[in-house]
Amino acid sequence: MLKEEKYQKLKDIIKIYLPEDVAVTDIEQDSHFMNNLNINSANLVDIVLDVEDAFDIRLENDDMDQMQTVNDAMAIIDAKLAEK
Amino acid sequence: MKESFNWILNRLPYTEPFLFVNEISHVDDKGAEGTYRFSSDADFYKGHFKNNPVTPGVILTECCAQIGLVCLGIFLLGEKTKLENISIGMSSSEMEFLLPVFPGERVKVVSELVYFRFQKLKCEIKMYNEDDKLVCKGILAGMIGVANE
Repeated sequence: MLKEEKYQKLKDIIKIYLPEDVAVTDIEQDSHFMNNLNINSANLVDIVLDVEDAFDIRLENDDMDQMQTVNDAMAIIDAKLAEK
Repeated sequence: MKESFNWILNRLPYTEPFLFVNEISHVDDKGAEGTYRFSSDADFYKGHFKNNPVTPGVILTECCAQIGLVCLGIFLLGEKTKLENISIGMSSSEMEFLLPVFPGERVKVVSELVYFRFQKLKCEIKMYNEDDKLVCKGILAGMIGVANE
């Protein structure tokens, strides 16, 4: 899968959980989920679960702790896909 | 022999007038079941509604959450987890209300685990009255985990 394609897939998941005061166009590669996109910890769990389904991977607690920004999420997805 | 779930009740972070659990009849890693009788003396009946006391939907939701979500969460965290280390908060509720619950009625709450991952617990929950009629149902989720670890 191309990087652009993965990024788009991730953005499509994130946008479902954005609060009303944050627009899809606000999502940048270095956006912090909680600080920049105002996503709370409960919705971040839902993003992780959707990412697992979309990419057919499984994340552990450590991955969750490391997943602070959109870039972090991309790196974790890449690492998990490489392990498969 | 009936299994005792008193250790779960003892860890509930609520007290009067906001404790809405009397008894837990069953808990396993897939769900919880328990009961509560709404006291006719409860303060909220004085205002909901004027001269026509009916249990407010938010209180039914709270009762569903305390039995179905929090009791299950405490069970899943395990008996060794101390109450003072448990951090807790409701994150979403989507409920439908089908029948009124009047002062003094006893209800049964049954929850089914949807998932418990990364400290988020999500359940499908149903509440029944004494005639076994469905009172309300919905999906509740909350964050429950061990803090300071």
